[in-house]
Amino acid sequence: MLLELRQQYSFYGLLLYGASTLFLLFMALESPEANVWNGLFWITQLFICINAVAKAFLQESKGRMLYYYTLHHPTSFILAKLLYNGILMLVMSGISLLFFILLMGNPVDKMGAFLGLVLLGGFSLSLVFGFLAAIAARAQQNAAVMAILGFPVIIPQVVLLMRLSATAFSPLLEVPLSTVLLLLALDALVILLAVILFPFLWKD
Amino acid sequence: MKKHWWKILSVCLLAYTFIAGMLGPVPRLPLLQETIRNLYFHVCMWFSMMILFTVSVVYAIRYLRTLLPKYDRASRLYAGTGILFGLLGYSTGAIWASYTWADPNIPLLDSFSTIARDPKLIGAAVALLVYAAYMVLRDSINDIDKRARISAVYNVFAFVLLFPAIWILPRILPSLHPGNEGNPALDVKNDISSSMRIVFYPAVLGWTLLGVWITQLKIRLKKLEDKQFES
Repeated sequence: MLLELRQQYSFYGLLLYGASTLFLLFMALESPEANVWNGLFWITQLFICINAVAKAFLQESKGRMLYYYTLHHPTSFILAKLLYNGILMLVMSGISLLFFILLMGNPVDKMGAFLGLVLLGGFSLSLVFGFLAAIAARAQQNAAVMAILGFPVIIPQVVLLMRLSATAFSPLLEVPLSTVLLLLALDALVILLAVILFPFLWKD
Repeated sequence: MKKHWWKILSVCLLAYTFIAGMLGPVPRLPLLQETIRNLYFHVCMWFSMMILFTVSVVYAIRYLRTLLPKYDRASRLYAGTGILFGLLGYSTGAIWASYTWADPNIPLLDSFSTIARDPKLIGAAVALLVYAAYMVLRDSINDIDKRARISAVYNVFAFVLLFPAIWILPRILPSLHPGNEGNPALDVKNDISSSMRIVFYPAVLGWTLLGVWITQLKIRLKKLEDKQFES
């Protein structure tokens, strides 16, 4: 089920997408302040995530979906897709953080905490958009519809993530553990909803 | 007559809201003064909106369990009326804010961005955007059964994820709205006096029943349209 790694060209395309977005930002601003850095970073993550996840579902042809349908249970299918997207986003988050630090300077104080948040955030974003990509793919729509569907839903998580990561910029503030747990709970909720609701999308 | 008692109740409650709301005694609070009467209209709009959206989700779940088109129709139209009440909530809120929160020394439009940062406005905006996206999603699918099923799935998914926007964001962001300590929005007991509560609760019920009434009329109209379309 997890043999999707053969589609390597989409990964490199994604890498190029992230790198060129960043280069554009690098040209537009030089060494932004910490809060601007934070905002730009999460917005870039959001767009990378939409593109990454959109590829996962929207590229599947109808014939192949039918093939999967005959082979697998819907629950294992959606879980595998979400897991694959999650891992993809973990890798992409790490790479884009590296690029950000190289090009835009490094205002982060607590690097370990920030790295953890970036990975958690990338994973959370990929879960929500993964399920929405499934909806958009069933509706035979493109990534734009996914963004319309996804942005209102994702706002609370992004706000939580931005506030959390803002604490990593200052040596005085502690990273509040309860908010991290809240994000984890939201992730669990999304997975649960996906498992419950995906079978309804699946049958035609 | 037996089935229509709640419509009469709605009209009576709303008449009571208008008469008692305009004439009844209200506490004089600094800054708010007489504008506090807007509570019977503004806050009720948000309560009705949330109730109507909840009804819409219940119908979406019933649709997914039974796949009967009448539940899909109800789900769609309750969401539509919910959006209407949300927009009314915004407009009553804008009038209220222009008398209380807006700084009289600077132009009204300049104070807009400060007010718009309020978490309750954000939460409401998220709710309205979600249901606007729901409408866009519906219109983008041609096949009727597929449209019903996919939009019902999105309805449930988005509604569940709406809760963090409404229950968590107000607790972590600073707000202009009163009653932010403890339970936002529902802590009416400490916020308003008893003389206001006897108008407020009937007002919520009256507005919600009005919303249900509007939706039922729309459902019957849609049913006739569909029948005409089929024949």
